[in-house]
Amino acid sequence: MTASSEASAPPAIDRAAIALQAARRTRRNMFADGAVAVASGATLLIVLAILAIILFDVVRNGASHLSWAFLSQAPRDGMTAGGIFPAIVGMVEMVILMTLAGVPIGVATAIYLHEYASPVSPLTRAIRIAVANLAGVPSIVFGLFGLGFFIQFLGAGIDKTFFHGDKVFGQPALIWAALTMAVLTLPVVIVATEEALRAVPRELREASLALGATKFQTVFNVVVPQASSGILTGTILAVSRGAGEVAPILFTGAAYFLPLLPRHLSSQFMSPSYHVYVLSTQSPDVDATKPILYATVLVLLALTFTLNIAAVIVRARMRRRAGVPV
Amino acid sequence: MSHLRHVFVNDECFHAPVSIEGVTPADRRPKPAQTPRANGTRAADSSPPPVLERRKRRSSGRVTLPPAPPRLKLSKAPFWHRAAEWLLHALAISAVVAIALILIFTAKEAAPILYSKVVREEVTLAKMWWPQLWPGYDEAASVWQPVSDIPKFGVWPLILGTLKVTLVSMAVSVPLGVGAAVYVSQYAGPRTREIVKPVVELLAGIPSVVLGFFALMVMATWFQNVFHLESRLNALVSGVALSFAVIPVIFTLSEEALRAVPRSYVEASTALGAARWQTIGRVILPAASPGIAAGVALGLGRAVGETMIVLMASGNAAIVSASLTDSARTIAATIAAELAEVVFGGAHYTVLFFLGTILFLVTFGINTVGDWAIRRMKRRLGSAA
Repeated sequence: MTASSEASAPPAIDRAAIALQAARRTRRNMFADGAVAVASGATLLIVLAILAIILFDVVRNGASHLSWAFLSQAPRDGMTAGGIFPAIVGMVEMVILMTLAGVPIGVATAIYLHEYASPVSPLTRAIRIAVANLAGVPSIVFGLFGLGFFIQFLGAGIDKTFFHGDKVFGQPALIWAALTMAVLTLPVVIVATEEALRAVPRELREASLALGATKFQTVFNVVVPQASSGILTGTILAVSRGAGEVAPILFTGAAYFLPLLPRHLSSQFMSPSYHVYVLSTQSPDVDATKPILYATVLVLLALTFTLNIAAVIVRARMRRRAGVPV
Repeated sequence: MSHLRHVFVNDECFHAPVSIEGVTPADRRPKPAQTPRANGTRAADSSPPPVLERRKRRSSGRVTLPPAPPRLKLSKAPFWHRAAEWLLHALAISAVVAIALILIFTAKEAAPILYSKVVREEVTLAKMWWPQLWPGYDEAASVWQPVSDIPKFGVWPLILGTLKVTLVSMAVSVPLGVGAAVYVSQYAGPRTREIVKPVVELLAGIPSVVLGFFALMVMATWFQNVFHLESRLNALVSGVALSFAVIPVIFTLSEEALRAVPRSYVEASTALGAARWQTIGRVILPAASPGIAAGVALGLGRAVGETMIVLMASGNAAIVSASLTDSARTIAATIAAELAEVVFGGAHYTVLFFLGTILFLVTFGINTVGDWAIRRMKRRLGSAA
């Protein structure tokens, strides 16, 4: 390059930029640009509208029937009157058992994956592949698994050993539904916890180790408390998922109607989600049960939305604190 | 933090009093024990600490160090720490164990179809997969009638139904999911994104039974009124409802992939004179295509396996028909609808578990491909950025 061309470089670049802009601003390009923006914006609006329509329909039809009595009474008159109290109790019991069984295992797996395992070892890879696939196993297959493993294998085995072959645990039961659901929600907990562990600054671990703490003390006294909001997020999402799923509990413990509340690990239970399924597909009198059905759906939707929003807030706070863009 | 550490190192290395003549290692040893740690100190490597080495070099003119450099004698971590870590390792393989158990116990209940005489009297693999000439039929057909006098377990109506519903749901959810992801990643400002992403997560959080209920009670009526359909519940309604569950999966992964495209790609394309739509269509989308493909694959896995929506909204008629407006019955819905009423260990029970095993293997394959695509994308874009 010669000195003269160097001197005239800025105007040449300017001219090129102007020419480029002019070339770009043809009618065809402007039209196509607008079309792409409008089309993609429209798809987003459709997606948001779907959510809005579902919410609107459920709230409009369900709010009128929703009352304290609905939440605190048992169903009466062949499910055409009364409330869903036993279903709520059943769901709460199932979800508590599920959390107790699933969350510790999920948290332990995430801690192992992020704090202990070498990222390239075959075992770590196998665990990651298993977690990713577990999240994609169809929920009905979890139902089959619950029936085949927990009830037919574990339950029947317990009965044979402790109950002289009487059917106690070898049939659909609260505990089996909860354990099946715990397996189903395992990936949710693992993914959320691992994300939180990733957000804990490395300096904290180093400082703790430098102070003479063992690896175990570092992980459990320093890292895990820092990641507690992520564990909370995972738990909330797992509860939300567990409360809404039906397919896994179809054969493992859910019942259409029970006169008594579940009192024992081996009793069956009612659940709002299963209630919705049964009422909307197998009810003899659809018009009579419709208000109850809508109110139940509203309860279910309000519950899962509240939990999901809570999870979003907790996670956003955690990310902001860790300085990760949302 | 790092600043403090720096000061500390300087102090120790260069300004610390180094007159340690006559100090024996034995005198220095209690030092670590004075720290308030009750549980003992952490095991470090046995080589002398680097600090001492440097001190030695700097002060070799004035100081004679004791022959054996003092070593930090570290106590072992308490037994229960190690026990807890072992427990942690054991729990960590639970996901692998769970996947293995799911496969083993679903397949175990399905296995009698291969050897059990009682089951094979009613159904064999050949009878399931090849059209049979049933009494009362003019020609060989694949029929699913498991509870008739002559139980018929032809699986093709179910496979066809699954394909139809899945096809409809993907046809709806891919354009919507990817389109919304393009808008959010390319046009929307950060504030819009901060609102839209959680809202789409809410859509993902709607229980499938609620979507099924909505399809059954509301959408079916709309579709019937608009398209004048013969059957209220059909593949079209259930497919569209199913897409509501698939859209968030595709949207989230596509948006992530689109946003991970390095800025330099966009800048290069713009500098070459490409208009925005050309940049999006020919640079950004191709660069993000592995991620979008992964999203589509995971969405497909969800669609194939989804149970409740289809069970409630598809009409559940196991008929062989190419029409989207006929009722359809999918594999997952068949299992959910029929397993509650079968005899444990009977032919029907075995066949349903067999279908479950197929479903598991198919979704496992789809998800593995999707997962692999995600990893590949992360590696590729990670190195390009």
